[in-house]
Amino acid sequence: MPSILPLGDPAPDDGRFPAEVGRRIRSAADAGSPRTFSLYVHVPFCTVRCGYCDFNTYTAEDLGPGASRTSYADTVCGELDFAAEALRASDIPDRTLETVFFGGGTPTLLPAADLVGILGRARDVFGLTADAEVTTEANPDSVTAASLQELAAGGFTRVSFGMQSAVPHVLATLERTHRPENVPAAVGWTREAGLEVSLDLIYGTPGESLEDWRTTVEAALALRPDHISAYSLIVEEGTKFGAQVKRGTVADVDPDDQADKYLLAERLFAEAGYRWYEISNWALDPDGSGLHRARHNVAYWRDQDWWGAGPGAHSHLAGVRFWNAKHPAAYAQRLATGISPSVGREEPDAEARFLERVMLGVRLSDGLPTAALEEAPDGGAQAKREIAAMIGEGLLDGRAALAGRVVPTLQGRLLDDAIVRRLAGF
Amino acid sequence: MPVSPMASNAPAPAATDPAVIRNFCIIAHIDHGKSTLADRMLQSTGVVQPRDMKAQYLDRMDIERERGITIKSQAVRMPWSLNGTDFALNMIDTPGHVDFTYEVSRSLAACEGAILLVDAAQGIEAQTLANLYLAMENDLAIIPVLNKIDLPSADPDRYAAEIAGLIGCEPEDILRVSGKTGVGVEELLDRVVEAIPAPTGNPDAPARAMIFDSVYDTYRGVVTYVRVVDGKLSPREKIRMMSTGATHELLEIGVSSPEPKPSKGLSVGEVGYLITGVKDVRQSKVGDTVTGAGNPAQEQIGGYEDPKPMVFSGLYPIDGSDYPVLRDALDKLKLNDAALVYEPETSVALGFGFRVGFLGLLHLEIIRERLEREFNLDLISTAPNVVYEVTKEDKTVVTVTNPSEFPEGKINEVAEPMASATIIVPSEFIGSVMELCQGKRGQMKGMDYLSEERVEIRYWIPLAEIVFDFFDLLKSRTKGYASLDWKADGEQTSDLVKVDILLQGETVDAFSSITHKDNAYAYGVMMTGKLKELIPRQQYEVPIQAAIGSRIIARENIRAIRKDVLSKCYGGDISRKRKLLEKQKEGKKRMKMVGRVEVPQEAFIAALSSDGAGSETGAKK
Repeated sequence: MPSILPLGDPAPDDGRFPAEVGRRIRSAADAGSPRTFSLYVHVPFCTVRCGYCDFNTYTAEDLGPGASRTSYADTVCGELDFAAEALRASDIPDRTLETVFFGGGTPTLLPAADLVGILGRARDVFGLTADAEVTTEANPDSVTAASLQELAAGGFTRVSFGMQSAVPHVLATLERTHRPENVPAAVGWTREAGLEVSLDLIYGTPGESLEDWRTTVEAALALRPDHISAYSLIVEEGTKFGAQVKRGTVADVDPDDQADKYLLAERLFAEAGYRWYEISNWALDPDGSGLHRARHNVAYWRDQDWWGAGPGAHSHLAGVRFWNAKHPAAYAQRLATGISPSVGREEPDAEARFLERVMLGVRLSDGLPTAALEEAPDGGAQAKREIAAMIGEGLLDGRAALAGRVVPTLQGRLLDDAIVRRLAGF
Repeated sequence: MPVSPMASNAPAPAATDPAVIRNFCIIAHIDHGKSTLADRMLQSTGVVQPRDMKAQYLDRMDIERERGITIKSQAVRMPWSLNGTDFALNMIDTPGHVDFTYEVSRSLAACEGAILLVDAAQGIEAQTLANLYLAMENDLAIIPVLNKIDLPSADPDRYAAEIAGLIGCEPEDILRVSGKTGVGVEELLDRVVEAIPAPTGNPDAPARAMIFDSVYDTYRGVVTYVRVVDGKLSPREKIRMMSTGATHELLEIGVSSPEPKPSKGLSVGEVGYLITGVKDVRQSKVGDTVTGAGNPAQEQIGGYEDPKPMVFSGLYPIDGSDYPVLRDALDKLKLNDAALVYEPETSVALGFGFRVGFLGLLHLEIIRERLEREFNLDLISTAPNVVYEVTKEDKTVVTVTNPSEFPEGKINEVAEPMASATIIVPSEFIGSVMELCQGKRGQMKGMDYLSEERVEIRYWIPLAEIVFDFFDLLKSRTKGYASLDWKADGEQTSDLVKVDILLQGETVDAFSSITHKDNAYAYGVMMTGKLKELIPRQQYEVPIQAAIGSRIIARENIRAIRKDVLSKCYGGDISRKRKLLEKQKEGKKRMKMVGRVEVPQEAFIAALSSDGAGSETGAKK
């Protein structure tokens, strides 16, 4: 998650929620479309800060009481206890976790036993469904065959590696610590442990040629991962890259180059049997069952509920968004004194919720139900005219629209924000 | 402590013998220290106590004080005694900028003498020279003074020689003062008494007073500053404005010292203010003659002219809903500015606004700044242009104050206003100045050496060339040493064309420009290039063309956007991404649609402002 917290209202120290939240969750369940519940655990440690990264992460091993690498797992377990208590006290029905995701930072900088311990605590306080998807992010050079075995034994089902590129000079520009040859080894051990494999790639790094990118995509496909995410490099303010671009010492990313690379990736992935199901995500899916999609991320895009544990982590419960103190020490300090780690909260109004739903829905191959557009202030009249126009312009899939879903075409995927703006009426 | 030589028994207004009155003004270049010297005189004569002193006491408007320039003049009555006689000195503050030449000329007409104030480190500048000519034409007694002699870089001997050569005096007659330290100020006040003649006039004739300034005050209405030429004005009497015949009740009459002080009237030779209750400076115009309604004079004092706008620009609120605010604001500023003229106009690209006429670029910039500052408006001003007289094939003549009024079809000829420009530079820059003026279609009219190192160069040059980027270019080619003065001077027929800018085939009226045929191509290339940088890529390719009539002279393309999506959208990103979209929604409100092309307001502002107004004063700060 990005390190800059949004502006919102202050969150109460007891972490309780308005009665409305519980009511919404119950009524969704009663209507036969229960809101699913997930857990995100943020691990804010890295050995090196990559130049492009604006996530909430730190390279020091000890960030204060309760926020060192050795004490961190205990602190997070404390938050899970606190969360369960706050939910119960707010009369929010108990729900079993369907997915758990450890992100960072580099979660695998913690001993596997710690990750397993946190997962165990989550199982204790919330419960875990039998087929729960449990993922951790990892750097290819931060795992061993043994640590992966330990994770698998502890209940993990999936590892998402930050492969980023298979080209040494691109990895160097990105300041990644691993070497290309670390990846096949790590993927092999993961398979041996019986875990699913996902690979994260980045395209559009300054100095990366189209051929470099092809090399990366082909190297990734050669490992036959279950899932691939490919993100264009974004130069964020406040990162080392951002400063270098501002000074002009590094070229800014070129959106045309990124468009070319996206199209190349889509072609190569599709030929290898991977299907896109979100703008930047592809799952190995020769038969169209969607088996290997990342269920945790799908929950985000489907507007489901999740608890985000750890410093700066964001949570969402039935229309209420809230987030934790950003600095690990401040976060740990709050928990140590028995107050909610959450510092900010917002409940987007109807118009903002509508915008969120549109923005998330049209990123997916399953699309946004056209019925959802009827929540627009004008009842969806303008959005429907825009749908017709955008089918004509080649941005939306006409057949899907007739079937009641707004789904971008390949060209539309590259102009997805424009689609959102037009559907939202601006 | 020396005894202050200020008058112990100041002569009272309305009862002052003209023989002890001295009316004078100060002629100076913009930063040669006039206001500081005036402040020092206020202190030396005791009319302002040291504890009330603030820098540039007489410049009342914030903008004036910040920029160190005087826009509106004022008159201050100061007592001074010399050799046992008590005198009344009236210092009339004059605007220092070329845009306000007419106001300067009226101020000079109210005086018998002028202090020629020159910076001892910089020497005389073109505008000072112009005003000096005006003063000498009016037979004013000139007291030459070198100021800022305290500066380490001062070179008083050199500039004394220069001034002596100009006005025909001895270099040693030139006073040396420092407004900053006060050195020489009392000698200067003595010299004012000695060198400037007392006013003459017929005390028994019907009253005649010349208006040399007129200021709107929120609480009191219009305050009119006059110099009585003949007769006497008394409180409560009815007065008549001779240009219009309108009569007004005299609610208050008095002198400034420097705060307004009511008096028993103003008699011959005196300078003071009148308040009649009128609310608009147009009813009390600079240059007009005031007389008594009961016993009116037959003849006006003469020299009255209606101010004539020279430069026009469209002013548009960035937020269209601010249009009524802009209209009310202009109505208010007009109360205080007889030279401000405007009428509503509509632009396809910019919406509703006003075409506003100004005396010059500084005037434009001051008005714009006051509108933004005092009325909290965000404005776009279109590139300034002059007034053209276009004769069509059928001999009808169209006056064009806005490029969009330029007639279509066959044109016989186009007349453009011309200006006489005087440039003073160190002689090493003669070549580059001539090159610049020639490039701007100027015709050389003469050149004189003011001294061995400094030259005055005179050109007859199209006004349109001066109002664009001329002063900037002049400054940059002369390392900042050149000074410029110009005045409107006739017209000439020229080979002028209108260049239109088209976005996806649609003319954007705000970017149309009237330019010389030889410059049309350069304008077209510059503007299309600039817009290409300023307009974001759209879903479609957008051609940008420059055209004269139907002939395309330049073309650029904005390529279609290919990627407009944030690739990542994690859980924590949702609030952030939504807020990003909400911000885009706000930004969208600042977009103008030209056909189906979205043009950000910023593009209009940037495209219209960078080469336009504002450069001249900027260079002088």
